[in-house]
Amino acid sequence: MHEMGIVSGILTASVDAAARQNATAINEIRIRVGELTEIVDDALYFAFEALTPGTLAEGATLVVEHVPGRSKCVECGTTFNHGRFDVECVGCGSYFCEMVEGRELEIESIDIDLPDEPDTGETP
Amino acid sequence: MKIDLSKPILDRNERMAAENRALFDEHGVFVLDLLASPGAGKTSTILATIGALRERYRIAVIEGDIASDVDAQKIKAHGVPAVQINTGGACHLESDMIRRAVDALEITEIDLLIIENVGNLVCPTDFDLGEHAKVMILSVPEGHDKPYKYPNIFGRAEAVILNKYDTMPVFDFDEAEFRDVVRRLNATVPVFPMSATRGQGVEAWAEWLAARIEAQRAAATR
Ligand SMILES: Nc1nc2c(ncn2[C@@H]2O[C@H](COP(=O)(O)OP(=O)(O)OP(=O)(O)O)[C@@H](O)[C@H]2O)c(=O)[nH]1
Ligand SMILES: [Mg+2]
Ligand SMILES: [Zn+2]
Repeated sequence: MHEMGIVSGILTASVDAAARQNATAINEIRIRVGELTEIVDDALYFAFEALTPGTLAEGATLVVEHVPGRSKCVECGTTFNHGRFDVECVGCGSYFCEMVEGRELEIESIDIDLPDEPDTGETP
Repeated sequence: MKIDLSKPILDRNERMAAENRALFDEHGVFVLDLLASPGAGKTSTILATIGALRERYRIAVIEGDIASDVDAQKIKAHGVPAVQINTGGACHLESDMIRRAVDALEITEIDLLIIENVGNLVCPTDFDLGEHAKVMILSVPEGHDKPYKYPNIFGRAEAVILNKYDTMPVFDFDEAEFRDVVRRLNATVPVFPMSATRGQGVEAWAEWLAARIEAQRAAATR
């Protein structure tokens, strides 16, 4: 389990980006996690709770967006979604497929407050 | 205000991994990352592989462990350069640790670099080290249903070694079911039954690895 390391990576990148804008707070951090990684959501939230106090992201919401496994068939070019098991082209039945999505570990966006933009509690 | 970042969380690890890979390719070093549970036979497999391939390739080893250097000592006892990385509690190796270990080796004198990752079936799979292939070892006593519990590592491996094959008679290991689940997770992955400490099956594995190394070299010179 390396969610602590993952979350500290998320926080470093988010706080850096927020600080560059002179943000006063981070309201939300949105990440994309592939369903074929070993990341456990609860462990992410737990680590987030533990690591955010005292940072710009204190009180922020962590939004985890799941990206399903998706592969492209090498034989016929069909692209299709799948789980961990039985990755088989839905077009031609081939097993020779290249994964195009499902292993993401990505910070998508952050929502911040700027000094001259008080927090409305709403994200436009 | 919303800011788009679209940035890998493991950005730093991935950049260093890419640098490692470029360095390995520049020097024609093939890098193998070996993954398995504690005690599955990683060090034994490395020793068997050294025995099978040392006439053909100059081999070096990076040993990742939470603590101690006993595995590196075992490798060095066979006259093969080895560096120990102690992760100090971390459950996996990262690409910057590999870089520091490589700096302690003579990269110009290596054809095959084998990395023994920390004994763990979960965490190492999400971390690119700059290797050319991840290979997974499962030992018979761990049971044929392991792939159901740790699907990711079986899905990502380029080869699966079924080690301690000599213990088959004392465990209820259903090899047919094992092969079937592995195929469902990774349709084209080869499975090599092996007894690393007794030498059985080592040749087939070593030939696969040699072919993989040669394919990498051919791709590099194209
Ligand atoms: N019977 C049998 N025993 C084996 C075989 N391979 C390894 N062992 C034994 O299994 C034990 C662990 O082997 P290692 O090679 O040290 O395993 P490892 O995965 O490197 O272990 P850690 O580094 O501690 O995680 C040793 O006692 C080996 O002698 C095998 O093919 N057959
Ligand atoms: Mg070992
Ligand atoms: Zn197809």
